Amino acid sequence: MDSNGEFLVFDHVTKRFGALTAVNDVSFSVGKGEFFSLLGPSGCGKTTLLRMLGGFERPDSGRIYLEGKDITDLAPNQRRVHTVFQNYALFPTMTIWDNIAFSLRLAKKPKAEIEERVDAMLAMIQMSEHAWKYPNQLSGGQKQRVAIARALVDRPQVLLLDEPLAALDLKLRQHMLLELDTIHDQVGITFLYVTHDQGEAMSLSDRIAVINKGKVEQLDGPAKIYEAPATRFVASFIGDTNFFSGEIVSTEGDYCTIEGEGFPAIRAYNDKQLKVGQKVDLSVRPEKIRVTLQPPPPEKGASINVYPSTVQDIVYQGVYTKYWIKSGDQRVAALKPHSRFLLDQEPITWNDEVFVWWHPDDGYMVEAQ
Amino acid sequence: MNDNKRTRFPNRAEWLVTAPSFLWLALFFAVPAVIVLAFTFHGHDASGGVGEWSLSTWRELVDPDYPAIVWNTLRISFEVTLWSIVLAVPCAYAIARMSPKWRSIVAGSIMLPFWTSFVVRVFAWKTMLHPDGWLQACYLVFLRVREWLFGWLPAFLQKALVLLGVASSGPVDPATSTILDSEAAVVLVSVYTFLPFAIMPIYTAAEKFDFSLLEAARDLGAKNFYAFRKIFIPGIRQGLVSAVLMVFIPAIGSYVIPQMLGGTDCVLIGNKIFMRAIQNRNIPHASALATLMAVSVLIPIGLSMWWKKRQDSRDRRRLEEQTARLMTSSMEGGVQ
Repeated sequence: MDSNGEFLVFDHVTKRFGALTAVNDVSFSVGKGEFFSLLGPSGCGKTTLLRMLGGFERPDSGRIYLEGKDITDLAPNQRRVHTVFQNYALFPTMTIWDNIAFSLRLAKKPKAEIEERVDAMLAMIQMSEHAWKYPNQLSGGQKQRVAIARALVDRPQVLLLDEPLAALDLKLRQHMLLELDTIHDQVGITFLYVTHDQGEAMSLSDRIAVINKGKVEQLDGPAKIYEAPATRFVASFIGDTNFFSGEIVSTEGDYCTIEGEGFPAIRAYNDKQLKVGQKVDLSVRPEKIRVTLQPPPPEKGASINVYPSTVQDIVYQGVYTKYWIKSGDQRVAALKPHSRFLLDQEPITWNDEVFVWWHPDDGYMVEAQ
Repeated sequence: MNDNKRTRFPNRAEWLVTAPSFLWLALFFAVPAVIVLAFTFHGHDASGGVGEWSLSTWRELVDPDYPAIVWNTLRISFEVTLWSIVLAVPCAYAIARMSPKWRSIVAGSIMLPFWTSFVVRVFAWKTMLHPDGWLQACYLVFLRVREWLFGWLPAFLQKALVLLGVASSGPVDPATSTILDSEAAVVLVSVYTFLPFAIMPIYTAAEKFDFSLLEAARDLGAKNFYAFRKIFIPGIRQGLVSAVLMVFIPAIGSYVIPQMLGGTDCVLIGNKIFMRAIQNRNIPHASALATLMAVSVLIPIGLSMWWKKRQDSRDRRRLEEQTARLMTSSMEGGVQ
């Protein structure tokens, strides 16, 4: 789902807290019905962006538009934007049913309609039998679902989710990920999801804005962000990667050669047509690097990067094994997936002399900052 | 919850820990209460002693003044409680929202008056309420406004308002309508005295209150005051209940404030008990009044507890019915 029109627009929004610029001239737009994530480390300004959209903070400059309407100065209760808070913020003195009915009662909907919609919401989150319990009688995952239902019941224009899974344990988190996805598909409402967890953002989002120090570093689909990071920060924040920092010493068509301290020349794909002398960071993801006891077969071509190296550390994970390998002065991380029966293979162990290799197309180069 | 036998006294060690307080309560509360009750079934002798067993004290209690005094005591205590709570809630809310540093400063200064003697403070009020003071001027304005508000009402309604303490009985006369020696002075100074007792439990509850709930309410479309009323007030219910008890109970028994500031206009049951016990040296009569007062407080409390219990069981039944309704409707598969 691409941005269809400009449903929700942040237009040059800046927010300062004293000397700290939490959000620095940020502009982006979100399409209607999109699942959009703001991803970044804690303190990067993503929550401030969310709070400005919720109406809890005023930007120092810039405007926020929702469906063409300027909502920058509206109070939280004047905008149809609801938030799922990190601590759920369920009203402890009300039953689950009353919690969900809260916004409908405020809107003075007819009693029959309130009952119908709350019951439908409860059925959707599969909590009908818990309707008359109080929040403190529920588990974390159940509270989470109630918080989502409460925010969705009066069909807001945008649903804001502020690290909604952070308080859940891993298993529940994975379960809720699927559930969130299902709910999003069912209601078709625009979701704005704030998280520091790249896994959550990757698996749920149509698009992700990676935020660092109050700025959007990259805004793209999950695969694009992972495979073609715009900056060194994006490459390092999303997933694991190996960086080779150096300078372009020569270019040959779409490819170039990089030389740096501590490693021999590396060939890389030069899609940005960077010039000789440009300082670059080459990011090569561990799963793109092959580790073998034998040199790579000749049919792989002469242009691949091959480096004889020594195995330093091994972590066996079942699905794959992670190796840390000393290659020149560089410590390189590599993942070896086990798609065949592992015990039939010749094992790689500590201090083995191995070959580390990857195709120049599999690295991604960003300009050094 | 049916495990009462186990949860009440799980073991001997716990018994030993609670025994001293039980003993204390028995010695200094239960036993004296029984003695006071027993006194009421005695006559009195001229020297101030307790006489033979008799019902004469209870017979003497049929004093035409007493119902009005009991009523006034309950009414004024109620007013004092109401004003204390009304003032304490925003106060406690404000303190709970301050930074921790300011919180302790302000909470400390609320307790500060307790460092001076209560009687000295009441004397200070006596000066402030002097007929030449500015509080007297305010009082006259208050009386005139009240007269203007209720003066046009039919006579029987006015009488009812006087009975409820909302309107004054006579016309406003600047020479005789003094705030000193009036009911207003008693209410004012009582509220001043008991306000910290109201603020502290409410503040304790407010401090534990999760203020992000107010943000959540606003996020869902609530105006500030609605969120305050529907989320904050129920959230500090426990604190409110203790505040009411902390103010209402001492207010009922108070006699120093009406004695010093109420004049003849405002005699409460505490003053009567004091008068009977110390001036008339009629201990059984004083005991009977005290018993009467205690009963007149216990009955409404008992009634409200019974009512709450009934309400709770009703709620539970309603809850079960609604759950059943919801279950059947979702089982019919009508909802997506």
